[in-house]
Amino acid sequence: MPILTVRDLTVRFGGILALDSVSFDVDAGQIVGLIGPNGAGKTTLFNCLSRLSPPDEGDVRFDGRPILGLPAHRIAELGIGRTFQNLALFPTLTVLQNVMVGVHGRTRSDVLSNALRLPWVSREEATIHARATELLRFLDLGALADHPAAGLPFGTLKRVELARALASSPRLLLVDEPASGLNHEEVATLAKLLRTIRDSRGVTVLLVEHHMGLVMQVSDKVVVLDFGRKIAEGPPVDVQKNPDVIRAYLGTDLRVDAGAR
Amino acid sequence: MSRAQGWRRAIAPATIAIACALPFLLSNFRLFQFTQVGIYAIALLGLNILTGYNGQISLGHGAFYALGAYTTAIMIDKWNVAYGWTIPVAGLLCLAVGFLFGIPALRLEGLYLALATFALALAVPQILKYFEHWTGGSQGIVLSKPDPPRGLGLSPDQWLYFVTLGVVVVLFVLGANLLRGRTGRAIVAIRDNPIAAQAMGVNGALYKSLTFGVSAAYTGVAGALSALAIAFVAPDAFNVFLSITFLVGIVIGGLASISGAIFGALFIQFVPNWAQEISKAAPWAIYGIFLIVFMYVMPRGIAGSLRLAWTRLARVGGTGRTG
Repeated sequence: MPILTVRDLTVRFGGILALDSVSFDVDAGQIVGLIGPNGAGKTTLFNCLSRLSPPDEGDVRFDGRPILGLPAHRIAELGIGRTFQNLALFPTLTVLQNVMVGVHGRTRSDVLSNALRLPWVSREEATIHARATELLRFLDLGALADHPAAGLPFGTLKRVELARALASSPRLLLVDEPASGLNHEEVATLAKLLRTIRDSRGVTVLLVEHHMGLVMQVSDKVVVLDFGRKIAEGPPVDVQKNPDVIRAYLGTDLRVDAGAR
Repeated sequence: MSRAQGWRRAIAPATIAIACALPFLLSNFRLFQFTQVGIYAIALLGLNILTGYNGQISLGHGAFYALGAYTTAIMIDKWNVAYGWTIPVAGLLCLAVGFLFGIPALRLEGLYLALATFALALAVPQILKYFEHWTGGSQGIVLSKPDPPRGLGLSPDQWLYFVTLGVVVVLFVLGANLLRGRTGRAIVAIRDNPIAAQAMGVNGALYKSLTFGVSAAYTGVAGALSALAIAFVAPDAFNVFLSITFLVGIVIGGLASISGAIFGALFIQFVPNWAQEISKAAPWAIYGIFLIVFMYVMPRGIAGSLRLAWTRLARVGGTGRTG
């Protein structure tokens, strides 16, 4: 049963078709890889799913419910979390506070009750704190809790983003290039981490990634975009043999062993 | 809890204790100046919530200060309302006006918002003169200083000082609560990265308007208190220079810092006077030199520099980073 259905999604930037009638499903409990050469429309697709940019045509349903009519800030509370390709943390907040902002969409206290610090607000705050702390431990960031998010290594900040995205207890997690800037061992750890997120936290994952080794290793299904069009969809083994995909990645060897070099 | 944290927690009660002792140590004139410091501190905290924490620059907070002051003056002058009630009314009115102003301001960023608020500051004195029937035109409205309650044995100046101090404490506690909770994190998140804040579920438009409203409410309450303290309101007291002075106050005091509002208030109250004492001929040149020296020596404002010094001290003392 698909948790996410994308139908005929089209985005134009001026005369350029960033996405051209793209359709695919993401089944609950799967890890789906979304790949394609640079400029294929992967991040544009993510931005449509998180309602940060409006599509020109098409329909997106989450759990059967159309989401394209909702404002961006309602997406988190529906159960869709995301990370950003080029890091979008809050640099002046600490690592812990960054993750605590991630719980925002799941909590309710308002300006007045915050200012008065009503008893239920203190309890809510304690819950937020506990949830963020648990996620920092899960992602091995506990020691950095009180460190400002600015000035930490890129790979660490990517993990902070992952923790922040998980803080909203998403059922679908959109991860944008988590492996960039990571070395070989770190990618292996990341693969394990993505599986753990899916298996023990019950989170469905949609993964945009250039690191073919990682995508082919963890994905149940791979969707391939090229110049805004979907050119292939299927299990990793099939997609790697698809002649259209090979042509799109001309010169790039898609086999797992080569990709993981 | 480390010793350094323990000391930090003692700062607020100690400050209040000293503030309570001042009326019995200072002359009436000096005390009036400290009443003014308290009033400025409230206005600066309001502006700091907007500009320091939320990143929306306002060059027009003098307008909300004026709105608060005139609300109090008109309510007392025209309707004989007890002065105590006029303070919350001024706050609520400015909350509403600030919130509504915040909605169109959503379309403006950075310097463009600064200009729009600047326009507000330019317009307000003349608007006040225009509604002469209510505002008394250029002549303004003269009030009488509130009488202290009988039996306390306080002079009117002492009483006003304590009223102001009480409002300062309440509004600073509410502000601190607001800023350290879910709302405060959202306010800062919007400043740091508005798109990511949206993606985390923060309703950016609503929070920015609300922040504008809360900020205006603080500044309006300060204006109301100033009308009571000075016992007089006139349009020319709320000129553009006042708005700029507020901005100077939060930058010198420390952006995005609660205590910075108090340091900034001390600066904008006392440094012009010192400048006057140093040179009667060119006080603003002296003031300018003070400004440049402060910005050069303390680029993060007084509060930021003190925090830095404190952290170093705590580290040297070996008491830091244990909690």
